[in-house]
Amino acid sequence: MSAPQRKTDIGPPHYKQFLPPVMQKNYGDWKHHEIINPGVMVHVGNSGDKIWTVRMQSPRLLSTDTIRDIAALAEKYCGGHVRFTTRNNVEFLVSDEKNIEPLQKELKDKKQMVGGIGPMISNVVHTQGWVHCHSAASDASGLVKVIMDEFADYCTTKTLPNKVRMAVACCVNMCGAVHCSDIAVVAIHRKVPTIDHDKVKNMCEVPSTIAACPTGAISPEPSKKSVKINADKCMYCGNCFTVCPPIEIHDPEMDGVAIVVGGKVGNLRSNPKFSKLAIPFIKNNPPRWPEVTAAMKNILDAYIAGAKKHERVGEWIERIGWEKFFKITNLPFTFQHIDDFTIARETFRTAATFKW
Amino acid sequence: MPKKYDTPLLDELEKGPFPSFVTEIKKAAARSDMAADELGQLEKSYRDKRGYWKHGGIVGVRGYGSGVIGRYSSLPDQFPNVANFHTVRINSTSGFFYTSQFLNEMCDIWDKYGSGLTNLHGSTGDLVLLGTDTANLEAIFAEFSSRGWDLGGSGSAMRTPSCCVGPARCEWSCIDTLDINYAITQEWQDEMHRPAFPYKFKFKTAGCAVDCIASIARADCSIIGTWKGNIAVDQAEVANYAKKGMNITEEIVNMCPSKCMSYDGKELKITDADCIRCMHCIAKMTKALKPTGEKGASILVGSKAPFVIGATLSWVIVPFIKMEPPYDEFKDLIRKMWEFWDEYGKNRERIGELIIRKGMREFLEFIGVEPQPQQVKEPRRDPFFFWTEADLQK
Repeated sequence: MSAPQRKTDIGPPHYKQFLPPVMQKNYGDWKHHEIINPGVMVHVGNSGDKIWTVRMQSPRLLSTDTIRDIAALAEKYCGGHVRFTTRNNVEFLVSDEKNIEPLQKELKDKKQMVGGIGPMISNVVHTQGWVHCHSAASDASGLVKVIMDEFADYCTTKTLPNKVRMAVACCVNMCGAVHCSDIAVVAIHRKVPTIDHDKVKNMCEVPSTIAACPTGAISPEPSKKSVKINADKCMYCGNCFTVCPPIEIHDPEMDGVAIVVGGKVGNLRSNPKFSKLAIPFIKNNPPRWPEVTAAMKNILDAYIAGAKKHERVGEWIERIGWEKFFKITNLPFTFQHIDDFTIARETFRTAATFKW
Repeated sequence: MPKKYDTPLLDELEKGPFPSFVTEIKKAAARSDMAADELGQLEKSYRDKRGYWKHGGIVGVRGYGSGVIGRYSSLPDQFPNVANFHTVRINSTSGFFYTSQFLNEMCDIWDKYGSGLTNLHGSTGDLVLLGTDTANLEAIFAEFSSRGWDLGGSGSAMRTPSCCVGPARCEWSCIDTLDINYAITQEWQDEMHRPAFPYKFKFKTAGCAVDCIASIARADCSIIGTWKGNIAVDQAEVANYAKKGMNITEEIVNMCPSKCMSYDGKELKITDADCIRCMHCIAKMTKALKPTGEKGASILVGSKAPFVIGATLSWVIVPFIKMEPPYDEFKDLIRKMWEFWDEYGKNRERIGELIIRKGMREFLEFIGVEPQPQQVKEPRRDPFFFWTEADLQK
């Protein structure tokens, strides 16, 4: 059987055809919403119409089997309508109130995790990791799994001072939202890469390899038609590997993860913030990385104990001060914590006011 | 029957309450040789603590330079069915809305031509089909495009734009995020499918400053809905929040960043001229507070992850712009930005990095935007500023 006639540059279908009728009718005319429980919210239109959303957590990596299951549930309870969130949750869009209970029950029977709405932990934004990425210094899906297992109650039942947004990036490329998350994990390398000069000659463009280095550590090695790396300047980011694969950066014994905290993207109360370094290194310990989940629990527990209602992790830390954060979490403060990259001097303290 | 691998390490990740990606791979591996070898290779990665994927090479569909990302096992002899294991990016819908009918059709195609594994969704927002052989790419594209679906962006191109749920289901959205997202996608199909930029370019559209799509952190162009009028207060609903236990002074008034609110136990007052529209009060008291007046968006430019100069958040370029179809003013602005980037950008230089290198003044002058205090946190501290001939004539 031959393939059907292809079309080009048509873009995706128009979104309106995928909206449930009640959303089409009340489009742009919603009045308010209410969180009924961590797994269910209702939006009410100025017309009085309602749409209920039931949110199911997803590992993001889905088999077609599971997608067919999701489609079947959407057909049974939502007239076929379902959406996904930016954090990869599944949202069943229920127009008929009497379908809420049976849908929730069926999800529970299928052992699905329902929750994450409101001041909770919802799905972890993450990257491909060892599942499918060339530059991964750790796995992402595995870390997400153990993190969400550890904090499951904060997704389904227990509330927090505010939402805590987590992310995992399997290298410093940060395809996930690690640089602006409440508590996040980023995998790092710690050794200068090795160069296979014969392959560089055939596979790489020397100027773009040099330009890829954030610290100017790479220079030409004309005798080998290759490049050399100034070890004193290299901070192991691996960007050279991405543009020139024969520059090998992986080192299973030296690779691991760092933990960063205090970022956010929303403008509520305080401006969007970058995440900052809390823990510079924890070794890779698959399959369940117990040291990583314990470290994150330590930080989360300190936040729960210390934050005011509605404060995000970064707002709490800024109120108490970073010196206090390191004290109450018992985290060692090291040379790695002091910035020596492009914005370093903006981060040095220029006041005589700080806590002991 | 696909090969069955022992996976003692990965099996540990099938335990616990959160749904397991290992279970997902195993489901596909029960019928797909590709998914089976993916599972086998992943177990080896867990054992050796390192990945075994290679990137690079040019793979794709005829006439496109985008939408397919080449991926190859570095152990093709051990795992021959993932020797080629490419990603296909399908352009998602605005707001990630689907119907069961489409999802089932998508699964039929993907079971026939690929691993049966997906990401819903990838980090940029594509519907990601995870893993297929080079030989299947044309058939996959024909199957999807004949049904009205297209590929997303990859490489040095406009990437698949994404947006928050917006007016489809949110009372806070000041702009039609879904329509803007759709309009951007349709306007620049060529820029998306045939990479001609110095590097990637991402759009994200958020209906308000809550920014559920993380536009300010993850888009070269962040479109964030906002308004110019007052916040309407329904005092009866304010009283209801108080009655239900909200400490309005602590939770709302004291947390207002611009200190533009007061509450005397009866009435909530807002000095709208001092409001910076952060959305905290509106988000916490959605039944009581509503933005009114002129709606539009702030256009911010330049956010990206750390490479090469460190992570950036987007900068305010145009504090307020009306965002109504056909969005001509916005589209012209974007074209000017791309012209600037095309003129001066180096290979693999994001537009934000270029603005830092060339200077904000050059950028603003090129795109024809006047300097405004809303664009900066504070004016410069140093005395080292330029005067052009034109400045001297003023």
